[in-house]
Amino acid sequence: MNNHRRIVITGIGLTSPNGNTLAEFRANLLKGISGVVWFETRYMGKVLAGVCNYDALKYQLKKEVRRGTRAGSIAIYCSQEAMGDSKLDFMSLDKSRIGVYLGVTEHGNVETENEIYNLSQFNYDTKFWSHHHNPRTVANSPAGEVTLNMGITGPHYTIGAACAAGNAGLIQGVQMLLLGEVDMALAGGISESIHTFGIFASFASQNALATHSDPTKACRPFDRDRNGIVCSEGGCVFVLERLDHAEARGARVYGEIVGSHMNSDASDFVLPNPQRQIECMQAALKKAGIGPQDIGIVSTHATATNLGDIQECQALRAVFADCPRTYFNNTKSFIGHAMGAAGALELAGNLPAFEDGFVHPTINVDHLDTQCVLPNLVLNSPVKVPSIHYILNNSSGMLGINSVVVVKQV
Amino acid sequence: MTNDQIKNAVLQIISVIAPDEDLTHLKSDVALREQLELDSMDFLDIVMELRKRYNVEVPEAEYGQLASLDSCVAYLAPKLKDR
Repeated sequence: MNNHRRIVITGIGLTSPNGNTLAEFRANLLKGISGVVWFETRYMGKVLAGVCNYDALKYQLKKEVRRGTRAGSIAIYCSQEAMGDSKLDFMSLDKSRIGVYLGVTEHGNVETENEIYNLSQFNYDTKFWSHHHNPRTVANSPAGEVTLNMGITGPHYTIGAACAAGNAGLIQGVQMLLLGEVDMALAGGISESIHTFGIFASFASQNALATHSDPTKACRPFDRDRNGIVCSEGGCVFVLERLDHAEARGARVYGEIVGSHMNSDASDFVLPNPQRQIECMQAALKKAGIGPQDIGIVSTHATATNLGDIQECQALRAVFADCPRTYFNNTKSFIGHAMGAAGALELAGNLPAFEDGFVHPTINVDHLDTQCVLPNLVLNSPVKVPSIHYILNNSSGMLGINSVVVVKQV
Repeated sequence: MTNDQIKNAVLQIISVIAPDEDLTHLKSDVALREQLELDSMDFLDIVMELRKRYNVEVPEAEYGQLASLDSCVAYLAPKLKDR
């Protein structure tokens, strides 16, 4: 294929509950180190959460942090880190040809909740409602903050795609490059969700919020004793460019996005639909021009809810029925569910496998649920394999949204 | 509040709104926006903080009275004299 039509990842910037660089994140995934901690949240007291500890002031003034949003700050950190990692000469780039496409599960809940709490301190007199509320809560906010911080004048927007958003942001970046709308994309996903009590309270009311006396063991996809989701914040942004451009400048290439697909369950507000997940994976494989047996690693979406894990495993067993060299893992067991950032972080943490040949595990599986048995499900310790040429990244979300990205070793 | 207390109160608000700025050499008789990176949203923050902290309302027509530290003190002194 024409290298001008091949889109590759040449930079990665991230913050996750267990790492603020890809190297740190990857090392902790291989060492089995969780990033889940106790976290104080308004009205609910201590909850289990994945909390990021990146240095916001590395790329922002204090005033920018104060005026903007946590999502924007995470997005700026990740975008700046990704750009630095790409070794592009940012100052020489045409800023009008760079696009910023960030997936979000939701945006504005944190800021609205903060304002209502502030208003409660003033007897709900609306003259105390902040003039910052609207710019903070417009849905493009995290991506817009990146353009303001970096002086990017190309397109920016967020893609609301529930917990499929990380993949959706990445897919949008690829598509805009293929359409010729931009020459460079900062694409991925962001989440600030732990700063709204509502997300915890809603999962608790749904009986889907994880509980455990040990935070590091709270998120346990595929384990018999799993009991729900650990909410996390985080972000991961990829620098995307065309392969011919990357080769011309001698860039390090993490992988080529060779296939992707998104579809809708059209069946339930919260419950997944294995048949649609199967169709989504098969469509992505078809677009990539490969079969399931070519996939070296499947990064699963499993969130540690009882039914969701079982249904995803049903879909995976159907698609990868006869694939002895395909391995399965899960990142949420380490960092919880980073919502809009999940898909992007989970892909990033697996990409180094192209070079080091290790499949990081899913941790906290003490008793594998018999309904979650998968061939080559990597449990608790990494596995070294002879070669990995393709990674398939699964992410799904509420309202029945599925997304799959297939990345090829270059 | 005395004039010095009012001046310090305004400086305290500015230190929150413009946390990157060094306020030690701020000239009282020169417009704040000539000495600091303050835009219209920051200015609205000053108005909001005066409302929150001191229950002082500054009508839009009188925003100009808050141009410098000295003019802030002159404008706010009658409003805060009993605080």
